[in-house]
Amino acid sequence: MLVKTIIAGFGGQGVLSIGLSLTQAAMLEGRYVTYLPSYGAEVRGGTANCTVAISDEEIASPVASTPEFVIAMNQPSLIRFQNQIQSGGVLFLNSSLTQAEISRGDIEVVQVPADNIAEELGNRKSANVVMLGAFIKKSNLVSLDSVVKGLKDTLKEKQKLRAINKEALITGYNLF
Amino acid sequence: MKKIYTRPKSLKRTPFHYCPGCGHSITHKIMTELIDEMNLQDKTIGIPPPGCSVFAYNYFDIDMAESAHGRGAAVATGLKRAYPEAIVFTYQGDGDLAAIGTAETIHASNRGENITAIFINNAVYGMTGGQMAPTTLLSQKTTTTPYGRDDKIEGYPIKMSEILALVKGSAYIERVAVNSPANIIKAKKAIRKAFQVQIDCLGFSMVEILSPCPTNWKMSPVESWKWIDEVMVKEFPLGVIKDITGKKDAG
Amino acid sequence: MAKVLMNGNSAIGEAAIRAGCQCYFGYPITPQNELTEYMATHLSRKKGCTFIQAESEISAINMVYGASLAGVRAMTSSSSPGISLKQEGISYLAACELPAVIVNMTRGGPGLGSISAAQSDYFQATRGGGHGDYRTIVLAPSSVQELADLTYKAFDLSDKYRVPLVILGDGMLGQMIEPVEFSYEAPKEPIIRNNALRGAKGRTSRIVKTFTSNPATVEEINWSLFRRYQLIKQEEVVWDTFMVEDAQLIVVAFGIAARIAKGAIKSARIEGMKVGMLRPITLWPFPAEKVREVANRTNYFLVFEMNMGQMIEDVQLALEGAGEVSFYGRTGGVIPTPNEVLRVISRLYYQKGLK
Repeated sequence: MLVKTIIAGFGGQGVLSIGLSLTQAAMLEGRYVTYLPSYGAEVRGGTANCTVAISDEEIASPVASTPEFVIAMNQPSLIRFQNQIQSGGVLFLNSSLTQAEISRGDIEVVQVPADNIAEELGNRKSANVVMLGAFIKKSNLVSLDSVVKGLKDTLKEKQKLRAINKEALITGYNLF
Repeated sequence: MKKIYTRPKSLKRTPFHYCPGCGHSITHKIMTELIDEMNLQDKTIGIPPPGCSVFAYNYFDIDMAESAHGRGAAVATGLKRAYPEAIVFTYQGDGDLAAIGTAETIHASNRGENITAIFINNAVYGMTGGQMAPTTLLSQKTTTTPYGRDDKIEGYPIKMSEILALVKGSAYIERVAVNSPANIIKAKKAIRKAFQVQIDCLGFSMVEILSPCPTNWKMSPVESWKWIDEVMVKEFPLGVIKDITGKKDAG
Repeated sequence: MAKVLMNGNSAIGEAAIRAGCQCYFGYPITPQNELTEYMATHLSRKKGCTFIQAESEISAINMVYGASLAGVRAMTSSSSPGISLKQEGISYLAACELPAVIVNMTRGGPGLGSISAAQSDYFQATRGGGHGDYRTIVLAPSSVQELADLTYKAFDLSDKYRVPLVILGDGMLGQMIEPVEFSYEAPKEPIIRNNALRGAKGRTSRIVKTFTSNPATVEEINWSLFRRYQLIKQEEVVWDTFMVEDAQLIVVAFGIAARIAKGAIKSARIEGMKVGMLRPITLWPFPAEKVREVANRTNYFLVFEMNMGQMIEDVQLALEGAGEVSFYGRTGGVIPTPNEVLRVISRLYYQKGLK
């Protein structure tokens, strides 16, 4: 089955990096996966987003016009992407930074106070990873193990960062 | 009997197609003499341009490759970087180096590419029939400035040597002329130094050569030699414009 | 080697280095900057290798020309507007029989256009692109893995036939990240062509040129090039097919569009429509014979491109009037969805009364 996820937020919130972690985890699980970042002038300072497509067969297009999942890390992303989600899809909101006024009844909304949780953990910058933890639990797209292993591969040298991220990931995962 | 003069080994036994009094023939001869004297025949690669000297490869007995108009410095850059053991020179006219190839020339110089540009300035486009060059003098008549070059319309003769001297990567820039035996000897000395700068890997070197074009100037060869002395040199003064080698004199 | 995640642009860079590319010359333009940056990071420090960020695309291609003269494997990359600027140099490379790999990660045009993916440089790539009678081999990958695999092939083919070669990708292939595996190991020794211009040591001096005052000589140069092009047409045509055996309708698409079309065809099959696909991998030489062969089984073709209809002309030429060719395209950087293509397929399927 083909599942597409759009992850969006401010530049600097780490939306591209959790997109990559998700992609990495899917690759480790031997699935077909594509990752498409937004690029060009719009990513300098404004909103950044990426699309991750995961499937058991070849992926036709890495673009998601109607994604199954959207992770909105800030208010502009919520406004921009909420109407694109497929009927029956799930919207993951960083409730620390968004005021949800969802105008659709056909999608599920999952609120994750990612920034608040990250701050409690002592590193607000790991809000993205808290969200990733919540996302993989709720979406069941990839396993926690694969993401942890992926972090190990991408953050080889950075022991400390790895520990922080792992804690954030598991905290997010255990929210649901 | 002692042999005191001979045809340079690096100069093919092909009669020049250049017009009588043309500066290309003189420059080809002193360059091939130098290639012999400096023992560079088997490692020198020349990049001639479109223009009258497009056939330079018929005369130089060395490896040569044609370049697109103005792109000599870029071609030489690629060649020299891929094969640094070569001695690479471009041979370019004023339209080639100072108009269409300005960007390539300035940036190759600025990167300090170890190449040598031989810049033939005859203040006119020769092969295409005598149109205005970027170095055409004010009030000079050409087929595209039939009333004389007017600075209000066509701007001023551009001084590439002075411009390139400002560029940090250039190592040696000299302007010479090939309009008298004394000047020809100086020109040869300048080219020798430019090659030596390249051999010593000091950076970009260029010799600008004020060169007569009697046909397009509509003068006799003798008149054209005089015109360089009396008119052209006033706009383009001769001499070393930049030399980072200090006292080291390769000549 | 295990699979790694890499964007298409970087994958070309890594594959090029493994193919023995020694010189890269580039100039920034979106959406191919990752390739230039990859070479700046990974090629520039390799012994005997050169990376230059040139002052223009024109300079970059002429540096490639210079490096190719010296007999080494050289490449440049750009995107549509920059590729237009390179055409002068590509014409000279073709004329002087110099190998070179030119990557075009196509974006929306004409003019400055958009930075999103498009396929509107098909004509430019497959018809030579610059002045004069010449062709370049054109390879059209449709995944990051294929970008890497075709990059090795690009250097080999370009060297083998001494022709410049264009890898025609698009902005999306360049930007997207996929797992990729590199099968080549970088050569231990530099690859130097045997007809290189490296000084007349122990041989007579050599001239690389095309210009002569005798038109008949230039005509002979053209004939010599075209004899080689005939050989390339015979030997090097590459394509891929998908479910064509029983297909009533054949979609012809290349690159990223073929991938989108494949998604649509899978859905069409689920709905019982017998649809297949022919995907040219070499756009020049074009798999004309294969198109004719497929036409023995069905009359109905849908050409799908991310432009206003360019490859369709090659399909029509191949069919010589046989078959009914329809077209669907999006352009300017708009990325069509598999569903959109499915709708076109369905409409066509029933309009033509196919079963």
